[in-house]
Amino acid sequence: MKILVPVKRVVDYNVKVRVKADQTGVETANVKMSMNPFDEIAVEEAVRLKEAGIATEVIAVSCGLLSCQETLRTALAIGADRAILVETDVELQPLAVAKLLAAVFKKESPDLVILGKQAIDDDSNQTGQMLGALLGRPQATFASKVVIEGGAAQVTREVDGGLETIKITLPAIVTTDLRLNEPRYVTLPNIMKAKKKPLENVKPADLGVDVTPRLKTLKVTEPPKRSAGVKVPDVATLVAKLKNEAKVI
Amino acid sequence: MTSKLVSRRDLDFVLYELLDTAALCSRARFADHSRATFDAALDLSGRIAADFFAPHNRRSDEHEPMFEDGHVRLIAEIGSALKAFTDAGLMAAGHDYEYGGMQLPLSVAKACFAYFKAANVATAAYPFLTIGAANLLLAHGSKEQIDSYARPMLAGRFFGTMCLSEPQAGSSLADIRTRAEAQGDGSYRLFGNKMWISGGEHELSENIVHLVLAKIPGGPAGAKGISLFICPKLLLRADGSTGERNDIALAGLNHKMGYRGTTNTLLNFGEGAQKPGGAAGAVAYRVGEAHQGLAYMCHMMNEARIGVGLGATMLGYTGYLHALEYARGRPQGRPAANRNPADPQVAIIEHADVRRMLLAQKTYVEGALALNLVCARLVDEQDTAQDKTAREQAGLLLDLLTPVAKSWPSQWCLEANSLAIQVHGGYGYTRDYPVEQFYRDNRLNAIHEGTHGIQALDLLGRKAVAQRGMALTLLGREIEMACKEAGARRETVLFARQLGEAAARMALTTEKLHAAGDPERTLANASLYLEMFGHVVMAWIWLRQATVAARQLADNTQEPDFYRGKLQAAAYFFRWELPKTAQWCELLQSLDATTLEMQDAWF
Repeated sequence: MKILVPVKRVVDYNVKVRVKADQTGVETANVKMSMNPFDEIAVEEAVRLKEAGIATEVIAVSCGLLSCQETLRTALAIGADRAILVETDVELQPLAVAKLLAAVFKKESPDLVILGKQAIDDDSNQTGQMLGALLGRPQATFASKVVIEGGAAQVTREVDGGLETIKITLPAIVTTDLRLNEPRYVTLPNIMKAKKKPLENVKPADLGVDVTPRLKTLKVTEPPKRSAGVKVPDVATLVAKLKNEAKVI
Repeated sequence: MTSKLVSRRDLDFVLYELLDTAALCSRARFADHSRATFDAALDLSGRIAADFFAPHNRRSDEHEPMFEDGHVRLIAEIGSALKAFTDAGLMAAGHDYEYGGMQLPLSVAKACFAYFKAANVATAAYPFLTIGAANLLLAHGSKEQIDSYARPMLAGRFFGTMCLSEPQAGSSLADIRTRAEAQGDGSYRLFGNKMWISGGEHELSENIVHLVLAKIPGGPAGAKGISLFICPKLLLRADGSTGERNDIALAGLNHKMGYRGTTNTLLNFGEGAQKPGGAAGAVAYRVGEAHQGLAYMCHMMNEARIGVGLGATMLGYTGYLHALEYARGRPQGRPAANRNPADPQVAIIEHADVRRMLLAQKTYVEGALALNLVCARLVDEQDTAQDKTAREQAGLLLDLLTPVAKSWPSQWCLEANSLAIQVHGGYGYTRDYPVEQFYRDNRLNAIHEGTHGIQALDLLGRKAVAQRGMALTLLGREIEMACKEAGARRETVLFARQLGEAAARMALTTEKLHAAGDPERTLANASLYLEMFGHVVMAWIWLRQATVAARQLADNTQEPDFYRGKLQAAAYFFRWELPKTAQWCELLQSLDATTLEMQDAWF
């Protein structure tokens, strides 16, 4: 069984992001970048399936700038076997990424695609779903447990009401939630091994995909500053305020 | 949340902009490396330090090791942290692939270790002692000793210790009494007591490998009769697995001011508590030749002392980052120009005196970090430079700088910790904030691995005059080169002139001290000499950093604040610190005898 794991390079979760002065986006120059944490969970899950003897090959794929190679090397150090970079300096939106991944899917014919449910930079939560639709394959999002059995995946999903377990036929798309697993720490010897694993570089044109952005960002601004709180004299006033002013109850 | 362990930006600055570490990748030993692998190792270290080492730093201070039935009880988090460290392969970060290592340059390995020392210096001591012990065996042990002991240490299965001091012999190793009696089979039995043994007893590893200094009866008197032995806690069976318990008993624990998570022990060798092979005496195996023990131990001291300096630096560094965050978030008072009580208070960083204390800390800790990594780079040069002369010169310069790399951070980064407490005001003096612990932890560093006084004697009495002052000449040449480069830039030209003068004064002072014809009088001035020498070296380090910063600013960097900060810290050192050396040199040149002539009875 072959597993494809798309990974995204994002601003590290420890960095306090700053909006660029011209409001066109967030500052990424000289900012520490790392693998989207949800994707790290996806790589870990794929590698565990391989270690359990269920998967035979794990392929990491990333779309974006040449520097995404570093993120792919991290995936290789965790345990992926090889990597593909779809290199472009065009701003990539979820639909474009889904199209690129669909093209890679057709080339590689994996049995399973595991990716993060969303990326911590744009929080879109769209790529996995779009990929499922483009390929016409089943999808199981927000996975907290994945069991592969007889050509199908039994996936426990974290939904608003609790946990839902569904069974989907492979090949399929699974997106990961936080509780699926706890990713391992890479080791120094594996960092060195990762350097020697194959990393292929392709362009969107090689895959016949048009990645032109369809959405236009008008403006990016800081969230409003938290204003000072007020003291209420009693519970009744608190309830009234929550009901009438905050409108949360 | 930005890390309060160390500024990664600063580490990158020192490694890649000041030292051009990436250039090392053209050497055969580092051919598989690139900046990407260095960065990956640094990232990994930062994560493991933050996730496993930092969280129990306070708990380990509050729950110091306990002595129970001859065993040491430690909090469980120390074990989990060390497992994460060894599982990641960090124990052998700088070692050969053959030993399961990553063959990182020492400068990069030390930068990785910086995170652990900042996060939890006491827990970090176990692996760093082990690495030191393994290195000693790699340098002087037999192939069999390397396979049986050094390999399991680098794999994290065995931990190591260094057993030098005894209750009656601390700095004076010539007076140790532990004796090693040769057995018919080539092994020895040890009898004696060893004091201040860090990591001397615990259950963190399968076995503990003690490296013990002892005297073989009938050998030369004093330091010339000291030999080095491997003495494992558990004796090894023929297949290398651990077997019978050796005759080493835990006699007690030392209860320390700081560094509490590192258990510190008094060990009795050969008191008969156990009878390995049916007889009392701790079974031991000699390393190398008889009576060469001290020389072998000293061989490893360079690295150990740079390690101590780095520990002191990182405690100062994390204290500085804590103080900086506190000063930015603590509103108190109003600017001098506006005392209107109706206006909101300002963060204390707005007050000039608080900025003075923060700038002093920044200057001490960033300077010390750069110095330690410069020294680590000299080790890399000594090991891997292309030509023989370059390797030898790096070794000489390293020898000269080692006492400074150990002592300067121990003194000035402790001062940084004191200032971090000061910035926190009353809160800094309470246990609600971590800065008081950093101070207590750091106070050790001027004491162990050769006290301040020992370092001073080593520098003035030995290193400064070694090979007819060759090392000093080399340092002088380095300083001259740095001054030449800095002299070409407007921002640094005055600093360069100042350093040139200070270096000339230092050379003259060294000459006068040694021309006195009275060694006792000369050495009575050793501590102040070390201090003066340290400040001149630090000015050289800051001048080099300032030159890089000025160049980046001229090239229209995208991070002007970072580089202006570097220039301002350099300015602080040149205006507030370096001028002190003029007065110190004057006193030194006078060969003052005030302290020498003071009599016991006059106190």
